[in-house]
Amino acid sequence: METDNIVAETAEKIFTDLADGQTIIAAKNDSWRGPLWSALSDAGLPLSWVPEEQDGSGASLAEGFSVLSAAGRHAVAVPLAETMLAGWLLAQAGIASPADAMTIAPAAPKDKITLDADGTLTGRARFVPFAKAAKHIAVLAANGAAHSIALVDAKACRIEDGHNLSSDDSNTVVFDHVTPLMIKPAPANFNPLSPLLMGIVARSLQIAGALEAMLEITVQYSNERVAFEKKISKFQAVQHNLARLAGETSAALAAASSAADAIANATSFDDAIFLEAAAAKIRCAEAADKGAAIAHQVHGAIGFTSEHILHRFTLRALAWRDDFGNESYWAVELGRLVAARGADDLWPLLASR
Amino acid sequence: MTAALRFDPIRLPPECEKLRIEVRAFLADEIAAGTFDPHKPNREDADAPEFSRRVGERGWLGMTWPKRYGGHERSFLERYVVTEEMRVANAPTRRFFVADRQSGPVLLKYAPEHVKMDILPRICRGEVCFAIGMSEPNSGSDLFAASTKATKTDGGFLINGTKIWTSSAHIADYMIAIFRTSPSTKENRRHGLTQFLVDMKTPGITVNPIMQITGQKEFNEVVFKDVFLPDDYMLGEIDGAWKQATSELAYERSGPERFLETYYVLTELVRAIGQNPDTRSAEGIGRLVAQLHTMRRMSVSVAGMLQAGKEPVVEASIVKDIGTIWEQQLPQRVRELAAFVDDTEDSNHATLDEQLAFALKTAPKLTIQGGTTEVLRGIIARGLGLR
Repeated sequence: METDNIVAETAEKIFTDLADGQTIIAAKNDSWRGPLWSALSDAGLPLSWVPEEQDGSGASLAEGFSVLSAAGRHAVAVPLAETMLAGWLLAQAGIASPADAMTIAPAAPKDKITLDADGTLTGRARFVPFAKAAKHIAVLAANGAAHSIALVDAKACRIEDGHNLSSDDSNTVVFDHVTPLMIKPAPANFNPLSPLLMGIVARSLQIAGALEAMLEITVQYSNERVAFEKKISKFQAVQHNLARLAGETSAALAAASSAADAIANATSFDDAIFLEAAAAKIRCAEAADKGAAIAHQVHGAIGFTSEHILHRFTLRALAWRDDFGNESYWAVELGRLVAARGADDLWPLLASR
Repeated sequence: MTAALRFDPIRLPPECEKLRIEVRAFLADEIAAGTFDPHKPNREDADAPEFSRRVGERGWLGMTWPKRYGGHERSFLERYVVTEEMRVANAPTRRFFVADRQSGPVLLKYAPEHVKMDILPRICRGEVCFAIGMSEPNSGSDLFAASTKATKTDGGFLINGTKIWTSSAHIADYMIAIFRTSPSTKENRRHGLTQFLVDMKTPGITVNPIMQITGQKEFNEVVFKDVFLPDDYMLGEIDGAWKQATSELAYERSGPERFLETYYVLTELVRAIGQNPDTRSAEGIGRLVAQLHTMRRMSVSVAGMLQAGKEPVVEASIVKDIGTIWEQQLPQRVRELAAFVDDTEDSNHATLDEQLAFALKTAPKLTIQGGTTEVLRGIIARGLGLR
């Protein structure tokens, strides 16, 4: 997707300058992280979805989503999406976001953090992305049928070591009677599923972006690599694989950008938004699976080395499938929704999009 | 970037939703009146001339064409809505579908004025059926191997040869075909073919039906023996048909008919599974719905680009590649999930089984007709800069 707003252009420029895959691989350490995060923070991108009166940059949902597409195209491995989601959740309850990196919990659909009568939070949240790197955690807490939104100091929680497929932090966070820095009841119209739906749309956009990058570098490689005395891009079998990669990339782009557009223009998280978000996560995850396999196949052994940039995109796209509920989980949920609405209501639901 | 793929999240404008309600009401009336059974895709009555006229009366044929030719000057997106609603309802569109989608636009672009004035209003009234004369016994995907000859004669051309796999030729009033007017050249093997309009009532044309594996006789062999076509039935540039083909493909390849052909088995599966599916059934349905939603959003995106005057040839080919493979796989997936459906007395199992049998037999053709998977991937590869 071309960038079509100033926020996304800013993000694209920062990523190009400070998150170049080849440079990061060559560095072999974390020296790139500081300058990248400073530049993103200076540009106000981590707090894109926090209103200006709460010290955020007050970007629209659509602008924020386009930042995430760009982050996917560069396989950015800093807690940008996570801080944006956390800022968004806190803003729902009017809680101002502190500076520095944040993440959001729970991040797995079946995990639950409860708000106890003494005002403390208890529970276990698994697969929380970048929890180790986060200074603060935005928490959705349940209190019976009611929900509260809390800002928690990460140091108040026990955070276990853990990594996803691409070796980025993905941690279990244990809340053991944690006293939040700030807690407010979720507003009346708040849908407790909405943080997960925002999360899966964010991951869908990132996966679609990573697929765009995979397609580009794989096409380029096939036009350079010579075998059997010609460029491998001239072999029909390779061409057809690349055409399939383009197809999967297209499906991911269409599904993710449709879901982002739907949320950006919605007034509530209704069945139609559920369809858009779940479909995006399911289809983007399927595309990640098929697309990454093709990208590796075309690259051959060189793409399997840690020195090559390909794995930055393939492994991250595969890892992002697992965050905020994987495609199997959302397929079951979507299937149940469709079944409950009934056969004759399926087409009207699809056609309403 | 290499050729940047674009699938912007285009939404159908409000006028489309008003139209959709009208189309649904019309189709409900037709079903109530017994014109067609939405649960029976395998119909002997697929040619429905009266239905075709009524669709024309509603203004849903030639929707995007100029009013002077009987058209309605509406948008591609409005036409999109009519097409998808008809397809999902299993409406008998065979008589008018090709004319409306493909043949009319070719005539609009290349036919002489008096031919346009003669034929286009009749398409808009739902009165005429078109066939497409491309494939020959020795020329399928390799379109430019066509050898059926058009030989110049006084005031026109004489046609000799055979077209094959020609859908609807047995009921068609006209065909738009390509014939060989010159040999191909060393420099350009695509040279030498010319597009023509053929009146199917012209003496010398024989249509022989071919039975398909579904039991239908939907396609045909069409034999031309000294068939005279007047000069004004030549369309576009002589020997230059290859230049005229590519931009039409985006229209032909990206519509809802490229992924909804077997949709009925999904609806029926959801009905059979009921409101409380087990985990396996729920996951299966969820994935299929996610894939279908994505297909439709891709297809609407291409329709929006066409409406904006772009020529998204690569994107359209991607829609057909993914869409036809999806609609081909759908009956297989539904078959797997249907194994877990309880067969109670009031269940729709019989309907589902019958539909599935037909859909499974239909499936193989879906990735062949209108450009094979292999041809499409070649086009996509070219778009990616690989050839």
